[in-house]
Amino acid sequence: MAGGQERILRGRIRSVQATKKITRAMELIAASRIVKAQQRVAAAVPYSEQITEVVKDLAAAGGASQSPLLAGRDPVAKVAYIAITADRGLCGGYNAGVQRATEGEIKAGVLSGTDYTVIAVGRKAEGYFRFRGYSIGATYGGFSDNPTYAHAKEIGQRVMEMYVSGEVDRVELVYTRFISAGSQEVVQRPLVPLDRQTVSGGDGKGVDAAGVAADFEFEPDPGTILDTLLPRYVEARIYAALLNAAASEHAFRQRAMKSATDNAEELIKNLSRIMNRARQDSITTEIMEIVSGAEALGGDAKKHHTIALGPLADDGFDGGLDLRSFGAGAGATRTMNTPAAAAVGVLEPDDIEDIVGIGPVIGAHLREQGITTFAQIAAWTAQDATRIGDEIDFPGRVERENWIEQARELQARKYGN
Amino acid sequence: MATMQVEVVSPEKVLFSGEASQVITRTLGGGEIAFLPGHAPFLGALIENHTRITLVDGSVLDVAVHGGFVQVSGTTVSILSDAAELAEQIDRSRALSAMERAEEALRREHDVEAAAALARAHARLNATGGVGTAAGAH
Repeated sequence: MAGGQERILRGRIRSVQATKKITRAMELIAASRIVKAQQRVAAAVPYSEQITEVVKDLAAAGGASQSPLLAGRDPVAKVAYIAITADRGLCGGYNAGVQRATEGEIKAGVLSGTDYTVIAVGRKAEGYFRFRGYSIGATYGGFSDNPTYAHAKEIGQRVMEMYVSGEVDRVELVYTRFISAGSQEVVQRPLVPLDRQTVSGGDGKGVDAAGVAADFEFEPDPGTILDTLLPRYVEARIYAALLNAAASEHAFRQRAMKSATDNAEELIKNLSRIMNRARQDSITTEIMEIVSGAEALGGDAKKHHTIALGPLADDGFDGGLDLRSFGAGAGATRTMNTPAAAAVGVLEPDDIEDIVGIGPVIGAHLREQGITTFAQIAAWTAQDATRIGDEIDFPGRVERENWIEQARELQARKYGN
Repeated sequence: MATMQVEVVSPEKVLFSGEASQVITRTLGGGEIAFLPGHAPFLGALIENHTRITLVDGSVLDVAVHGGFVQVSGTTVSILSDAAELAEQIDRSRALSAMERAEEALRREHDVEAAAALARAHARLNATGGVGTAAGAH
């Protein structure tokens, strides 16, 4: 029965509504976190700017560092990829973007004979690369939405160790750069060895102030400072990447959850429509049953009427309106069929083709005009007779064949009057 | 009185930024060094230390700096540190117990991490009133 379908639909609507509440909440949370994450990205800028400046001042002062972090290697036999993703899903294509970019790089490297190792930051990256059987050098997780400098330091120390020990010959960062709340992009940046271009100060203060830089006092010597500074520089770069990734993650999640909420709304709308139709159908069916029941009972219509309408009227749906009009219709039908009405005889048609001269064609024409009884024809005046004769294209035929007279006789014979 | 712009910057945020008349910190291998306005351009690596910034109103801002760099150029002194804490943010009792733990560990064997922890604890305690008072307290 239709009620079953309605109940199923009601259940589905409820479950979609519950899901919608969750996605809406996630959307709002992500939206508020974007702002915070953005502030953290901004708060990290002074440090990285200053440290870059210091590096440039040192380089300008001829701080000849023997740091292995600056020494590039050729050929590059193995590359470490730091893939920064989220710990959780429900953030659209955020994780997939980084994973795909990393995987593409790995495959391209392997084709040209370069070995690789993945440093998975974020549980999603770990799961992805582990499931596909990639070789994983290290994994970090549990802080993707709120990274601290300590996390960056941990990762930095590990990769620098890998690089210095000769385990890998290059380290690449793959993460999602946060441009604005509406736009983020997956980027790949070389991390180690440090770009000599950056370190030797391309556009910084160090170059135009080369004279000033030379005047710097150093304690201890520039080389030693640079050696202790470079690891900080690497860590700061990783930290900036982590912060960017966190802000991007929130932005992606906010967008994904917004569209999920919109979809849930759409789904609820469609399901409600189907449910209402099903409910309306079942009401209509019930009414039809009542009406036909009422007709079948006929005689005791009034009593039936009251009994049948009682429970339905309580339903409170606008179907009540239909009900009343249905009731009225049923009443009218009954009136026409009552034997008392037939006894009046006014509307009871006679076989007017009994009149000589009226065949099927003329008979049909007359019935169309509403002339169905002998009494009507018997009551024609001379004008009527002429008009009808003209209408049926046989002028004078009514008079010639004495239709009025015949009708009077037939009427008298049939009704004894 | 001449002043200079002082900034204490950690990777996560700018801890302090303001006018000051003197900054005392400690460099790697060089001992304590004080900067007054108009100091020559200077670049140094720092060790764990208790940095004192004398503000223009004469009050002293105590900062525990756990390694980092100091750059003096023009009228600006920038202290860059992975981990720096203003005295008011330091939990002194935690630092005390950390110091005791580190000393305990060092008594058993020489441990680089314990030594670093001890240096951090000392820097924190110095910034919040000195190790001496700490020794008297327990």
